[in-house]
Amino acid sequence: MGVIQQILQQTLNGLALGGIYALLALGYTMVYGIVKLINFAHGDILMLGAFAGYFVLNYFGVTPGTLVLSFIISMPVCAIIGILIEKICYKPLRDSPRINALITAIGVSLFLENGARVLPVIGPNPRVFPTLPSVTHNLFGLGISRVQILVFIITIGLMIILNYIVNYTKIGRAMRAVSFDQGASSLMGINVDRVISFTFALGSALAAAAGILFASSYPQVEPYMGIMPGLKAFIAAVMGGIGSIPGAMLGGFILGVAETLTKGFISSQLADAFAFGFLIIILVVKPTGILGKPVGEKV
Amino acid sequence: MNKDRKTNLISFLIILFGFILTTGLVAFRVIDEYTAQILTIGGINVIIALGLNLISGFTGQLALGHAGFMAVGAYTTAALIMKLNVPIFPAILAGGLVSAVFGLLIGLPALRLHGDYLAIVTLGFGEIIRVIMVNLSDITGGPAGLKGIPPFTTNFFWRPVLSFALVYIFLVLVIIILNNLINSSPGRAIISIREDEIAANAMGINVFYFKIFAFTLSAFIAGLGGGIYAPFFGYLNPNMFNFQKSVEFLIIVVLGGMGNITGTVLAGFGLTYLQEILRFLKDYRLVIYPLILVLMMLFQPAGLMGFFGNKGFSLTRFVREFNPKKIFRMKNPGKAGEK
Amino acid sequence: MLKVKNLNVYYGNIHALHNISFEVNEGEIVTLIGANGAGKTTTLHSISRLIPIESGEVEFLGHTLQTLWPHNIVELGLIQVPEGRRIFSNLTVKENLEMGAFIRKDREQIKKDYEMIFTRFPRLKERLRQMAGTLSGGEQQMLAIARALMSKPKLLLLDEPSMGLAPLLVKEIFSIIQEINKAGTTVLLVEQNAHLALSVADRAYVLETGRIVTQGSAKALASSEDVRKAYLGG
Repeated sequence: MGVIQQILQQTLNGLALGGIYALLALGYTMVYGIVKLINFAHGDILMLGAFAGYFVLNYFGVTPGTLVLSFIISMPVCAIIGILIEKICYKPLRDSPRINALITAIGVSLFLENGARVLPVIGPNPRVFPTLPSVTHNLFGLGISRVQILVFIITIGLMIILNYIVNYTKIGRAMRAVSFDQGASSLMGINVDRVISFTFALGSALAAAAGILFASSYPQVEPYMGIMPGLKAFIAAVMGGIGSIPGAMLGGFILGVAETLTKGFISSQLADAFAFGFLIIILVVKPTGILGKPVGEKV
Repeated sequence: MNKDRKTNLISFLIILFGFILTTGLVAFRVIDEYTAQILTIGGINVIIALGLNLISGFTGQLALGHAGFMAVGAYTTAALIMKLNVPIFPAILAGGLVSAVFGLLIGLPALRLHGDYLAIVTLGFGEIIRVIMVNLSDITGGPAGLKGIPPFTTNFFWRPVLSFALVYIFLVLVIIILNNLINSSPGRAIISIREDEIAANAMGINVFYFKIFAFTLSAFIAGLGGGIYAPFFGYLNPNMFNFQKSVEFLIIVVLGGMGNITGTVLAGFGLTYLQEILRFLKDYRLVIYPLILVLMMLFQPAGLMGFFGNKGFSLTRFVREFNPKKIFRMKNPGKAGEK
Repeated sequence: MLKVKNLNVYYGNIHALHNISFEVNEGEIVTLIGANGAGKTTTLHSISRLIPIESGEVEFLGHTLQTLWPHNIVELGLIQVPEGRRIFSNLTVKENLEMGAFIRKDREQIKKDYEMIFTRFPRLKERLRQMAGTLSGGEQQMLAIARALMSKPKLLLLDEPSMGLAPLLVKEIFSIIQEINKAGTTVLLVEQNAHLALSVADRAYVLETGRIVTQGSAKALASSEDVRKAYLGG
């Protein structure tokens, strides 16, 4: 395999990985946009989504039909969990100092991880995630696996749906209005709490889908599987400009490609370290991200 | 005698009394070796938690990588002692300094922006430093860990006494530094950042500078804690300094009350001791900790010390006001609080 | 229509409103005038439930507003055009208008109301696809009023509509307010520009440091010696 072909192959792999990061980054960016909180527990929703998918596929066996079913079950389940987390843990702290909400978010994250670890049905040990037999297709001389095709279809499909919701529906407009000015939104008769709940639901459902895709790619599930993708998705969201939906998508793909190229050509052990190097560089060079608008803190 | 000097004298007497009492108890084995060890670990935890309290409690910027700074301090100290035969005291100080340099390097990009970024960058740093420790096997012994760090003394009898005394001295030094800082004008600048960053900025306080200063000092203190830890424990492993460890420091700060020094000290020793008692809970401890964080934030954000009133609890003030003469003479004891 | 009885509001320890009572009857334009900091905006915010009230009652069409959420109040037909306009700059002009109609389900009627808005504010029609943040100050004020009208309010609260606008634009805005009132919407107007407010209002209340000090018909107040001295520049 020539070098150029290798680069192309790694780029393709990176785009598939980046699609998963992008799905997750969307949740970070939407939640941040609306309540200005880094939802540290978001990566753990990915884990819960993966486990929900795991149980469905284990119970029904793996066929294309049950794979679809796993998304249909996992996404609403995680949406509800997302809403509950917001209602119980974040909503009471909306008027508290920011650091209190952040500490709570950290607590929720650890609670989900360690809770899954002590839960008998999940436990600390990694389990093999059931997948369809792996088949690699040839795409212009590059290998593309069945899982990768699935990743592309699901991520692009969900992004189109999300784009439609945010830009062309009433609740989507309300999301954008609330993220701009909560007070003015409630003066217009918008139920701000419901819009915030909806945002958490949407983000968590996307994280659940990302979880099944992530688990299918590796293929395993364990309680701490959400940490690294969560952090990277956050970096992707910052890279794209936190609060910006297209930015999160772009950032996810860029980070995915950067990671596979690093792994393929530099060092697989240090790939995670490079991701953080990336974050530092963005914060120094362009803290508002690629598509973010320069916004001063509101007085 | 004016109030300040009296306060200082009381503080000094408390410190001296505590030192003689506790080291004495350890020396005469009234406190057995096991308990002394817990006290020593507790002291180290308190030192690092105090460092964390400076940036998160007093300055209001969440940092999630103090286990990382502890690791930097610990490995630096260990390497200096083992490879270059540096004496223990300068080696521990060097551990703090190297950690401070890391703090500065991380703080410069992260603290330019909103406080949230510090949380994520320090979290990343804490994880990355672990990866680096694993890969730098020449200095760190890699994933297998670093064994045989020479202890403070090999004398069987003096070892627990000396370990504890050393931690005690460093702990007192850190408390004095923090206390003086907080009551100085830079300290007030730091607290004003926590209360209202925009207003602080408008009043001409260089918010960025003071954040950097607080964070670097915070990293220095955590590095010191790590530096003491290395020769005390004698063995280092990158996985000791994981995210869970950083969160333990955070729990100490939250339980004691953010921005409350006495609270951090009591919560630090208390939690370290509790950890030993709760060993039988095994993995369930891992669920209880985050639960504590969430419940505290929801219901008692001022920390356990917050129960003593909204000013926070101070041992010095407690002793001073306990003086019956003083209470008798003072018409308004409520004003006797912090200057 | 709107009855405010013995309203008391605190900001921390500061007693911002003292036993404020006033009424707005159907079809009227009522104005609250007073200096900066007199408590005008606080009154409007407590009616819309943006800030909690300490004691007192706010009643609108027989409903007690204290027990409702801000968004429920809009459903009853009371909407506020907040101080500083607070349009959604990140949304287009069209989307801003749609947010005004957020609580409504009658699609056919909404379509007709757009036409009504466009005849009243022809400039907004030209800028429909533009981001609201790119509008001029006067256009933004018009959009803020138009957005509120899209909820088909029975009572419109206006907070300082003249703020930061050139005199010519202020005149235009105020004639629009009168038109809206003639078309059947009751208006509660808060203004620092007392002269202007009294010229369009039926009745007025004068607020001073959180208390109502004078009330009466706008005409009477405009000619009252005290009010002239204090608020109308002689």
